[in-house]
Amino acid sequence: MATLTEAPPPLAPPAPGAKPPRRRGRWTPYLLLLPGLLWLVVFFALPVIYQASTSVQTGSLEEGYKVTWHFATYWDALSEYWPQFVRSVVYAASATVLCLLLGYPLAYLIAFRAGRWRNLIMILVIAPFFTSFLIRTLAWKTILADGGPVVGALDALHVLDVTAFLGWTADDRVLATPLAVVCGLTYNFLPFMILPLYTSLERIDPRLHEAANDLYAKPSTTFRRVTFPLSMPGVVSGTLLTFIPASGDYINADLLGSTDTRMVGNVIQSQFLRILDYPTAAALSFILMAAILAVVTVYIRKSGTEDLV
Amino acid sequence: MKTTDGTTTAGGDVRLTGITKSYGDFTAVHPLDLTVPQGSFFALLGASGCGKTTTLRMIAGLEEPTAGTVHLGDQDVTALPPYKRPVNTVFQSYALFPHLDIYENVAFGLRRRGIKSVKKQVEEMLELVQLGEQARKKPHQLSGGQQQRVAVARALINHPKVLLLDEPLGALDLKLRRQMQLELKRIQTEVGITFVHVTHDQEEAMTMADCVAVMNAGRVEQLGTPADLYENPRTTFVANFLGTSNFIEAEVDSASGSQIVLKAGGGKLVLPEARNSAPARTGGKVLLGVRPEKISLTHADEAGEIPEGRNRITGRIAHSSFIGVSTQYVIDSPVCTAFEVYVQNIDRDPRLVPGAEVVLHWNPDHTFGLDAAQSLLAGTVGSAGVGTAGEEVA
Amino acid sequence: MAFVTWFKRNVVVVAGLLTLAYLLLPNVVVTVFSFNRPKGRFNYEWQQFSTDAWRDPCGVSGLCESLGLSLQLAFWATLGATLLGTMIAFALVRYRFRARGAVNSLIFLPMAMPEVVMAASLLTLFLNMGAELGFWTILIAHIMFCLSFVVVAVKARVMSMDPRLEQAAQDLYAGPAQTFLRVTLPIAAPGIAAGALLAFALSFDDFIITNFTAGSTVTFPMFVWGSAQRGTPVQINVIGTAMFVVAVLLVLVSMAVGNRRRRQKA
Repeated sequence: MATLTEAPPPLAPPAPGAKPPRRRGRWTPYLLLLPGLLWLVVFFALPVIYQASTSVQTGSLEEGYKVTWHFATYWDALSEYWPQFVRSVVYAASATVLCLLLGYPLAYLIAFRAGRWRNLIMILVIAPFFTSFLIRTLAWKTILADGGPVVGALDALHVLDVTAFLGWTADDRVLATPLAVVCGLTYNFLPFMILPLYTSLERIDPRLHEAANDLYAKPSTTFRRVTFPLSMPGVVSGTLLTFIPASGDYINADLLGSTDTRMVGNVIQSQFLRILDYPTAAALSFILMAAILAVVTVYIRKSGTEDLV
Repeated sequence: MKTTDGTTTAGGDVRLTGITKSYGDFTAVHPLDLTVPQGSFFALLGASGCGKTTTLRMIAGLEEPTAGTVHLGDQDVTALPPYKRPVNTVFQSYALFPHLDIYENVAFGLRRRGIKSVKKQVEEMLELVQLGEQARKKPHQLSGGQQQRVAVARALINHPKVLLLDEPLGALDLKLRRQMQLELKRIQTEVGITFVHVTHDQEEAMTMADCVAVMNAGRVEQLGTPADLYENPRTTFVANFLGTSNFIEAEVDSASGSQIVLKAGGGKLVLPEARNSAPARTGGKVLLGVRPEKISLTHADEAGEIPEGRNRITGRIAHSSFIGVSTQYVIDSPVCTAFEVYVQNIDRDPRLVPGAEVVLHWNPDHTFGLDAAQSLLAGTVGSAGVGTAGEEVA
Repeated sequence: MAFVTWFKRNVVVVAGLLTLAYLLLPNVVVTVFSFNRPKGRFNYEWQQFSTDAWRDPCGVSGLCESLGLSLQLAFWATLGATLLGTMIAFALVRYRFRARGAVNSLIFLPMAMPEVVMAASLLTLFLNMGAELGFWTILIAHIMFCLSFVVVAVKARVMSMDPRLEQAAQDLYAGPAQTFLRVTLPIAAPGIAAGALLAFALSFDDFIITNFTAGSTVTFPMFVWGSAQRGTPVQINVIGTAMFVVAVLLVLVSMAVGNRRRRQKA
């Protein structure tokens, strides 16, 4: 039988009349939140408000700007740049669909079929992140170069005839066409699709597949009725994580496209940094923001997944 | 070992005075007075949501009482935060620190109180719970039973005045639970510290505790030794929650001296005055209870061989199930449907099959009487406030 | 026929591997072209094998300076965002307070907004304040957009943590400060590390917001962007390849160490 030696000294009784340390830490959450939220308010919320006011100002760089509630800026911006808006939505939506089509099999492969290769494939999906994405995007210039092996193969298979007919490519080249921009967008945001898809697929109990098979479901039916519905949270957050940044992107359009593939991001960037027409630029970015918030809200409501964060 | 080092002997009673806990409109614990004597093994027994865990957490200081006080011996600890109370807890699912090894888990409390040389004590404590070999493993590398022992060691090493155990065996399988019940009992006897044990498992409470408080809907229904609670339940809740009881609604025929004679379904049944907790006016109603294992079963053909002076009722066997040590019968009788009877498998009468007419009889001393103004089903599985075992969540 | 059956069964694997190839193709190209000796200013066409660039990675003026600046920025942005983000995450999970919905939206919105919008807004603010664009404005912007990601990463970890662990620490005589240092922080550490890693990667690789807030300061992504307009030195590919290799090696080593530790303990 063990003995207990060296009993620690008994705890001191509380000082008489000492205030009970109850309701402790009522202010703690606010103190914890304060610095971070202040940062977000000053450098995120406030700028957005500033921008709203800039968009209804008139004036010039030399004489300064004044708020004149000049809402016509919005109308002018829209009527002048609507093709870029439409292009942004079409390119971003195409890239999102492509990401889903390409990303789903890979996420499924990692979640259910990779076995001991799972970690390695995961690393290979994430690792490209560590090379600057600009360098990797520039590599597409080499891959899709005129007369290169990829374009040659597509040409030989008459794929380019089809895409040219659809208006995606022109003159037997891929670079500087919408196809190249969408290809670049898809490539850049593919991991943002794969990771949420993998997370929600990985949570699915493999026994559910067995149960579905046991209950007379073919593999395709199992996928349609069990796997895909259960992966919906991943599909929703994956499509959002792809669509939102893709619609505001201007790097792929700039590096891989031409003046005919300019997206709204390109316009905002050049208005802000080159033309220095701040009201128009602010109006454009405000429209983009509003459009995206509207899309996100509707989409989240429709898909019924409120807890993305 | 009975400690004589002063930390656990002098006035180690736990005294709860009018302690209450409400969350908004919901009252989890109604004003409760309870004294747990120094050195005892005390169990708080009840179904999930009955307030037993809340009571325990108020003793630990993890929950702030809405009203009332907690005393440890002479010291009022109501206002003390948990880290200043000489009380330690074995948490449900143990709450072992996953980032520390077993040794550091056990040493945690000593180190927090600034004790430098912990080696000897930790090693002794790990010996006590037979885990000396595992000192450098992480919690997730141990089995459930081993984790449970670490949790006990981690709390006991601090020589608390009281050790609180919150469903400590809930996560273990049945066999291991039995083994750990004995183990905990051994440790308690060895260290002599007051144990307050919260459980929903009546068998566990009865096996281990010297004294059991049965709680229901935020109140203590009855307090007593396990045998006392089982033999003399004072409410249908206690009668049903601890084991199984059969009830007959009866009318008081006459009360003379030490015996009350009751009428039920034309027959007469005898109830000892000492075992009745209901008002017994002639013509009044009383709930007569009897435990299934006290009853003998005789085939109707041999009714004449039953000795005089025994309570008897007639019925027909509706079901029988053979469960090894005994056979359990469910009997339909005019005074009570679904009367349960457990018969030891000594000599089985082949005529006792479903459909057979039988006479149930028992020694009147085994009868208890309860107030008829309460639900017969209180405390049974499926009734309000009683969930299936093992779902208690802190 | 056997092939058709095999293909039907493994169509997912084939498709998945093709996607993986699509993801990795640019990295292969970057690596191969780091050994190129281009004819003109642009490194888009294969000419001749050479290790010149590998032997002189800083041979282009401004390249290594921009790399150093980016690393410095990423370090400080990670530190700031991790500190502020961890505090917010703890407040969100562990405390009740008013206006929780507003706080959640304020944290969610930066992640749901195209970078170009945030960048333009921030530039408007800086111009209005008359701030001098440079290191500090970039740092402010980076901390801002990394913050939300840190909050999400840490929150997930703290939420999955059993609150009884902290209660157990309190029960074992650890005061609030001790509980935080000895129990909460070590257990939340993987989440904080994940958040910090993400912040570092985001900050280091950011181009759009940096481009708006940098003024004439040149970070590594901005250097690459500039060179895409003027001429791409092979050294860019060298840096890109080296980053990829170092990252993969670090992951593999940490996994191997983790595996061995697990095996020793078991």
